Amino acid sequence: MRSLVFTSYFLFLTSCFLLSTSRIYSQETTFKTNGPDDYREGIHAFVNATIWKNYNTRLDSATLLIREGKVTAIGQSIALPKGAIVHDMSGRFIYPSFIDIFSDYGMPEVQKPKYSDAPQMESNLKGAYGWNQAIHTDFHADENFVANSTAADELRKIGFGAVLTNKKDGIARGTGTVVTLANGRENDAIIKGVASANYSFSKGSSTQDYPSSLMGSIALLRQTYYDAQWYAGEKEKKEYNIHLEEWNREQSLPQIFDASGDWQQILRADKVGDELGVQYIIKASGHAYQRIEEVKNTQAKIITSLNFPKAYNVEDPFKLQWISLEEMKNWELAPTNCAALAKAGIDFAITSADLDKKEDFLNDLRKAIKFGLDSMTALKALTYNPASFLKVYDQVGSLEPGKLANFFITSQPLFNDKCEINENWVQGKRYEIKPFAEKDIRGKYTLTWCPVGTKCKALPFQMKISGDEAAPKTVLLISDSVKPEVKITYKDKDISFSFAIDKKPSSGKYLFSGTIDYSKNFWNGKGQNPEGDWLRWEATRTEGPEPDTAKAKVDSTDYTQNLGKVIYPFTAYGNEEIPKQENYLIKNGTVWTNEAEGNLANADVLIRNGKIAQVGKQLSCADCKTIDATGKFVTSGIVDEHSHIAISQGVNEGAKASSAEVRIGDVINSEDINIYRQLSGGVVASQLLHGSANPIGGQSGIVKLRWGYAPEKMKIEGADPFIKFALGENVKQSNWGDQATVRYPQTRMGVEQTYWNYFTKAKEYEKQWKEYDASVSKSAKKNTSTFEKPRRDLDLDALVEVLNSQRFITCHSYVQSEITMLMHVADTFGFKVNTFTHILEGYKVADKLKAHGANAATFADWWDYKYEVIDAIPYNAAILTKMGINTAINSDDAEMGRRLNQEAAKTIKYGGLSEEQAWKLCTLNPAKMLHLDSHMGSLKAGKDADVAVWSDNPLSVYARCEKTFVDGILFYDVERDAHMRDWIRGERARLIQKMLNDKKAGAPTQEPQPKSQHNYTCDDMGEL
Amino acid sequence: MNIKSVSICLISVICVLSAFAQSDVPAPAPAQSQSIYLTHATIHTGDGKVLHDATIGFDKGKIIFLAESPSFKTDETMGKVIDCTGKQIYPGIIAPYTKAGIDEIEAVRATNDYSETGSYNPDVRAIVAYNTDSRVTPTLRSNGILFAQTVPLGGVLSGTSALVQLDAWNWEDALVKEDGIWLNWPSMVSGGGWWGNPRPFQENKNYSKQADAIREYFREAKSYAEEASHTKTNLRFEAMKPLFNQTATLYIAAGGAKEMQHAIAFAEELGLRIVLAGAHDSYQIAEELARKKIPVILDNPHSLPTFPEEDVNQPYKTPGELQKAGVLFCLSIPGRFWEERNLMFEAGTAVAWGLSKEEALATITSNAAKILGVDDKIGTLEKGKSASLIISSGDVLDMKSSVIEHAFIDGREINLDNKQKELDRKFEKKYGLN
Repeated sequence: MRSLVFTSYFLFLTSCFLLSTSRIYSQETTFKTNGPDDYREGIHAFVNATIWKNYNTRLDSATLLIREGKVTAIGQSIALPKGAIVHDMSGRFIYPSFIDIFSDYGMPEVQKPKYSDAPQMESNLKGAYGWNQAIHTDFHADENFVANSTAADELRKIGFGAVLTNKKDGIARGTGTVVTLANGRENDAIIKGVASANYSFSKGSSTQDYPSSLMGSIALLRQTYYDAQWYAGEKEKKEYNIHLEEWNREQSLPQIFDASGDWQQILRADKVGDELGVQYIIKASGHAYQRIEEVKNTQAKIITSLNFPKAYNVEDPFKLQWISLEEMKNWELAPTNCAALAKAGIDFAITSADLDKKEDFLNDLRKAIKFGLDSMTALKALTYNPASFLKVYDQVGSLEPGKLANFFITSQPLFNDKCEINENWVQGKRYEIKPFAEKDIRGKYTLTWCPVGTKCKALPFQMKISGDEAAPKTVLLISDSVKPEVKITYKDKDISFSFAIDKKPSSGKYLFSGTIDYSKNFWNGKGQNPEGDWLRWEATRTEGPEPDTAKAKVDSTDYTQNLGKVIYPFTAYGNEEIPKQENYLIKNGTVWTNEAEGNLANADVLIRNGKIAQVGKQLSCADCKTIDATGKFVTSGIVDEHSHIAISQGVNEGAKASSAEVRIGDVINSEDINIYRQLSGGVVASQLLHGSANPIGGQSGIVKLRWGYAPEKMKIEGADPFIKFALGENVKQSNWGDQATVRYPQTRMGVEQTYWNYFTKAKEYEKQWKEYDASVSKSAKKNTSTFEKPRRDLDLDALVEVLNSQRFITCHSYVQSEITMLMHVADTFGFKVNTFTHILEGYKVADKLKAHGANAATFADWWDYKYEVIDAIPYNAAILTKMGINTAINSDDAEMGRRLNQEAAKTIKYGGLSEEQAWKLCTLNPAKMLHLDSHMGSLKAGKDADVAVWSDNPLSVYARCEKTFVDGILFYDVERDAHMRDWIRGERARLIQKMLNDKKAGAPTQEPQPKSQHNYTCDDMGEL
Repeated sequence: MNIKSVSICLISVICVLSAFAQSDVPAPAPAQSQSIYLTHATIHTGDGKVLHDATIGFDKGKIIFLAESPSFKTDETMGKVIDCTGKQIYPGIIAPYTKAGIDEIEAVRATNDYSETGSYNPDVRAIVAYNTDSRVTPTLRSNGILFAQTVPLGGVLSGTSALVQLDAWNWEDALVKEDGIWLNWPSMVSGGGWWGNPRPFQENKNYSKQADAIREYFREAKSYAEEASHTKTNLRFEAMKPLFNQTATLYIAAGGAKEMQHAIAFAEELGLRIVLAGAHDSYQIAEELARKKIPVILDNPHSLPTFPEEDVNQPYKTPGELQKAGVLFCLSIPGRFWEERNLMFEAGTAVAWGLSKEEALATITSNAAKILGVDDKIGTLEKGKSASLIISSGDVLDMKSSVIEHAFIDGREINLDNKQKELDRKFEKKYGLN
């Protein structure tokens, strides 16, 4: 069945035009009618209209001719065919209907997953599907589409005539279908059955544990590509897998990626695509303006929504703190997003998705125009672009012969304020949205009446119709004191009205009814007086309406003026200009070199081109900014071996015993305020580690704290790759509650076997590849291949790298037994454990660590928070150091991370290390264990200018960090920090006043909500 | 070899000698049997004064002599004399808000004795669960913490706290004072989840209801307290009686500025004597706290700002700002009782950002004693007060020099050894490092 369906899809893809023209709109149909056929040609001519033929062609006084649901002619001198129903469109405007490329119109509802504490390791989907429940490549929108007149009406009201619809559920979401918003049979509404393949980062309704984090979602996506490639390439199928079958079929379609969220999601989606050779069309949430250059560089087509935040209700100064600067600025600048996309030359489509109320769409669109988007680009983003992204521009997106008669009619230009759509025609069928306004009857009239059948000389009365055109008021002047109000209703040429001459409530009414002759401004008809006598009457207009004074008020505000600037990163303490590399001479400080020279009094450090050029006395530099460091201490910056800052949506992918395939590097969050906070404590670089939920965790992100740079630019170029391992209570899930007793391992015995299992598998996997590679190179000569290409397994790939000392382990560890165990495993498999991190019982196995050659990173004095740390002692780092083991003090915590200098100093108190030894624990030694010491960790000519300046001995509790340089760029400066605080205060005050003004002007508001400012430690689980 | 390492070696030697006959927790010291004089020391009295080349003498647990006396003459009637040249003497440090002794290992449920089930437990008493043989308390003592107020957590009214001295055979020995009832004021922000299941924060929609429920409960308790007799006894309300004649203190844990303001209004309405605990955002209402004379037990200066827009160093600066405004406050490390041993360094950090050193010392000694109502006995070094003091080889507030060499509680010289030092010795010996 399924493959049959696909045969027809492919036919569709290759001969789309033919099929769509011949099948759907011909009078031929496979459906039987009950009774005589009711075929109608539907020939309509819209004459005297202002028509937007396409987004950049306007025709004045033009005619649009449609027949059988399609455009047959458009232009200024079109001969009307006989029998055409003619619509006079004088003063009216016709636009090609919009296309929403990111809709779920007519899709089944997504079931919300039920939360359960009990683990679910495997998919609960029955059938020959793939292993993960978040993959829905078997979903096909065309099979599931059910037209829904209520939902269609909502979209038609705001100008849409067709949508790409897909069920927004899961990481691979199957295919989308292009449908019109016509009511009626789905067979007629679907204009391209299989139009797109859709993806996202969100596992949606899947109840399976994996993936539990954003990096897990990315890893699953990546692995599925490789699985699908392998599946496609296999000569003999080892398994039948519906998800992979479908995945492969869907690859030739336009690939649409839902990257809703902040702008970094756009980059993440694009990066996955780059790796797998796919260029996605990326759905974003409207924050692209915050990093437009990076978004442009993806070269992706963008789908953007118009969900402009409402102003915050800012009456309570304490609750005001709940609104972040980011939210305030986004409130102001979000309407500029489309303009920014346009200015950057990015091809984009606008979707109505994400709106709280669809009816806000046109107003939001006009808002985007007021904030700098030109109206032609707006039309393009709603017509040509979505149609061409979906390869359906031959059917929709403009009004040209042969295309669908999808258009809407307005009574004023669409982008005028308050312009409403009167009619939306879909596939040649009219949907009335709001009746056209009746003609203007305001003015002064003389009204006379006489009893029927008499010849009376009627007294003329003055009648005045004035006020708002849509709801005018009418007064009849009988005498100076008698001025009854007249109630008029009229539609087209039909009119009726009534009035009472006597004011008494008991007195009767005159009731008149008749017709209007607009060409002569003359009304006449019959009526009755209060006594019930029949009358004839007539009214003649003597004066036209008075000029409208209210209408003259045009909104002439230039909204693009007086806007705040984008800051980098887009959060508090972001800069309007990213700080730049400069040359500095730091003079006359106490310089701690971490080199053989030791600590130098009254010395200088020269920074040039991002490197340390010279350390010495009495240096000079003509082109440098000079910093007087008299009385201050100058050191190399702090390196944190173990950090979980700057990570988006989950630090643990803890659903499996090994998650070596996940990469922190995929989810670095450059907007985390903790980056700045670490800089304020002299930190220049951090290893961003996966958590400790499983024995084999994920791959590290090793970054310099380049505040304001995009995630990829924070990564240290050429850094050796690392991976997190973990031992003990966390991986056993000892403290996860009573239900967490399913996932292997539950004991330290099981932890060892987990490693044996994975490394054994990795060895076998590597062998398979080697044999295959060898056979391929051989077969180049002999043209035969004896080995089937192995399936690429990203989990095992990472472990093969470990086996070959191409990837290095940082292992979360506490008790001595498990530390020794892992060293045994490593020795057996022929590699070294690079670093044991935390290693609170390291002092018990210091001799073994030394023999193995491992590095140790530990807490200064943490203990007692769980059973396995009861033997932790604050003398640990000192003992390890004295034993000659390269030792570091790590943080694991955003708070502690910014005062690692204090933590290192504790080793002087506990264990009596020298100041030089202590200082290296948070600088040179962690740089060594991260293999970065060739260019970091000490003040030496040629090394990176990663430098901190302190008010006092940095190992003293009284020291404040005053300046932090990374690569010769001053990212933290205590004086600039004070200015920034003032700036933030001022910027917030400005925005608050602006919001208050908006509120006063009647704009809707929202209540402030406190935010999740989640600071991770190892123990934290994912967030998805 | 510098002086510091000499003294460290000296301590090590003393400890090695005393280590032979001991378990995880050293035996409590016997009562002071002879007078003791510490001479030629720099003495920090805890209330702002520093005496140079000074002597402090004490007998029967009380201070009998304290003066700058460069030419102090000793004689054999003086009992024991310790030359403290180059040493610093401070009052014993007080941890005012801790789980020490009623929690042993955070993640091991069987050792958690700090949170009773139910919402209103004013009658449960920390002191009866206080474990004098905790392996944690020796690690606090060896850093100079000699007193701790151990506090039940959880629920709305968590229970009755107890101020203990940290060198005791049993909880009866340990008890100094028991007059604090602890209330958790609701937060306007809810959510956050726990580490295994993080949830986004949101406004606590039930905040007003929760605050009203507390008010209602206290009104009933007050009515009960004012009634002359009862046909049926309500143990919870009995426990609260002293609150209404101000013989007990209500400690209210609240972090946000508005919540604190609401808590103060609540206390004013009911005529309660209160101390605010936690008080993370107290800097925002410092002037009001000073004006209304509301004391504050401030939680960790070593914490992160609540909001990204806040001064990155705000938690470091808060003590200085409270001091400047004239708020009576002391510092605490609630929650992680094993980290309590860093209390003096949190005070040290506050020096870098606004306090003077002696003001910082007061936040962990005399201010704490005042707030806990024991300043007639401890918290400062004065004639007639308890001889509870510590001797450090260097500045006690700075981790690079803070090494406690001797400590006395009521004149008793306590053993500063602990399990961690023992493990250090054991393995240094194994590797031939000592």
